[in-house]
Amino acid sequence: MEAADAASLAVHTQDLAKRYGKTVALSGLTMSVRRAEVFGFLGPNGAGKTTAVKLLVGLARSSAGQAWVLGAPVGDLKTRRRLGYLPELFRYQGWMKASEVLSLHCELAGLPRAGWKAEIASALATVGLSERGDDRVEGFSKGMQQRLGLGVALLGRPELVLLDEPTSALDPVGRHDVREIIRQLKDRGTAVFLNSHLLSEVEQVCDRLAVVDRGRVIATGTMSQILGQDGAVRVRVTGLPPAGRAALRAYGNLEDEGQWLTFRGLSQERVPELVSEIVNQGGRVYAVEPRHETLEDRFLQLLKEQDG
Amino acid sequence: MHVLTMARLTILEASRRKLLLALALLTLVVIVLTSWGFSRLPTMNGVTPAEVRVAASQLTILVAFMFSGVLALGATLVAAPSIASDIESGIALAILPRPIRRSEVLIGKWLGLAVLIALYAALSGVLEMVGIWWATAYLPPSPAVAITFVGAEGIVLMTLALLLSTRLAPMTGGVIALVLFFVGWIGGIALTIGQTFQNSTIINIGVGSRLLIPTDGLWHGAIFYLEPSDFLAAAQAAGRVRAGNPFFADSPLPLPYLVWIAAWILIVLVLANWSFARRDL
Ligand SMILES: Nc1ncnc2c1ncn2[C@@H]1O[C@H](COP(=O)(O)OP(=O)(O)O)[C@@H](O)[C@H]1O
Ligand SMILES: [Mg+2]
Repeated sequence: MEAADAASLAVHTQDLAKRYGKTVALSGLTMSVRRAEVFGFLGPNGAGKTTAVKLLVGLARSSAGQAWVLGAPVGDLKTRRRLGYLPELFRYQGWMKASEVLSLHCELAGLPRAGWKAEIASALATVGLSERGDDRVEGFSKGMQQRLGLGVALLGRPELVLLDEPTSALDPVGRHDVREIIRQLKDRGTAVFLNSHLLSEVEQVCDRLAVVDRGRVIATGTMSQILGQDGAVRVRVTGLPPAGRAALRAYGNLEDEGQWLTFRGLSQERVPELVSEIVNQGGRVYAVEPRHETLEDRFLQLLKEQDG
Repeated sequence: MHVLTMARLTILEASRRKLLLALALLTLVVIVLTSWGFSRLPTMNGVTPAEVRVAASQLTILVAFMFSGVLALGATLVAAPSIASDIESGIALAILPRPIRRSEVLIGKWLGLAVLIALYAALSGVLEMVGIWWATAYLPPSPAVAITFVGAEGIVLMTLALLLSTRLAPMTGGVIALVLFFVGWIGGIALTIGQTFQNSTIINIGVGSRLLIPTDGLWHGAIFYLEPSDFLAAAQAAGRVRAGNPFFADSPLPLPYLVWIAAWILIVLVLANWSFARRDL
């Protein structure tokens, strides 16, 4: 893809790589994030998620490859006005009040001074800190700091918001709030790049995602593309002879837990056929539970395939 | 624009963290105590006004030395964490993705610290001089120039600590800057000894250290303007006896050396900029 095409995208990277000495933090990352889409960047600890975001916001310099953010090469000063970023591990100046942190960022972002007050009030309200605006940040819990960080990332209606593990310090209510905020961002046309190792989080809010492991993308696409069409089915059976069990392997990847048999990669149309085969083999069926594969299953499977 | 924002932030932080208040109170106590000490000089038994003048001039240099030490230590302690602790705590992660250049952050911090140092040197210097004058009616020949040089010493050391702060942990950078400060001081003593005994190797070492770490050079510049002319003439007549005395200077700083110090600050700032710009966070 050429730079010109990158203009219509929120993020585009081409073979982006980063090494720290001998550690390969990111190798050959190629991906695109569209405007106004919520993009999940999912991977286990140490996969290179934080590294990727740091490259995108210009905190670290790539070892190879190219990247564009909102159509401009990474690091472009003017483009940074239109970015919001919540770092993973950070602290704000403890000696400042929450509202002062926000106004500092309004100033650095180059927002017109007349709008600061409203901007700050709305950011505090969005992240549920309206009551704490005049409190010093040093007294904030980690979760409150993370809320404040999210508020900072939302200042000035950015076109792209990069969130690095935004819920790592939050309680369930906070997690729910963050999901709501992400949905609102999407509704007003903001692209969101969400780094996370939490599958449920990604599953609930993301339009598309990339699964990363050890610095490379191992799968990318919409949720259903990544999950695949094939589901799984769990069947509770008794009285099935071992030979019968063996014969059932033809119906898919069989996971044998005694009474419970799980068949993976089995299309729903073949479920009745499977049941009559079990009965033919002498089995007595108590329950049949069709199961859609969860992102967690798929994720673990993808990681396993990588190792294999 | 952003340079001023960062400078303002640096000064605000020093004041919010009670650094300014603590320094102001301690300095006031020191000035009151030393002025009281000076005021005892003329009351001593059988002392002549000339003797009071000599004693006061010597003590003034010692007090200036103490202030230059406070300023050097203080400047190092404040500058060594300035970039490093922002990186450690992650404050830098939040600020640098904004439309601000890393150079603006660095120069802004430098400017804020330089203003603090200059203000401290000026206020404490003027108050101390007033105290001494009140106590003994003695005033050194060029107090303003001397105070300027002491302040510049602080700025030189602060700039060095700031450079180290772009790469090293606060403690490491601070310790290195202070060690260099003391090495420079010893280098200055070596220089005067080498000059007295005309040993070119020692002279070269001394000159090298004055060029690399100009704090001791500035200190000697300050001393010169605190020495009354009659005292200076007598000391010069004494010759070798004065060799290696770190509280004596027999000549003003040459103009090329002053230019070098300005260039030194600029070079170190450029290096700091280059080092910070290249650092992965
Ligand atoms: N500053 C750094 N210096 C050395 N290695 C690093 C640095 N930052 C990250 N790494 C390494 O790069 C890899 C990816 O790290 P990271 O991007 O933080 O992963 P994630 O955010 O997915 O958990 C890890 O192996 C990590 O140890
Ligand atoms: Mg991370």
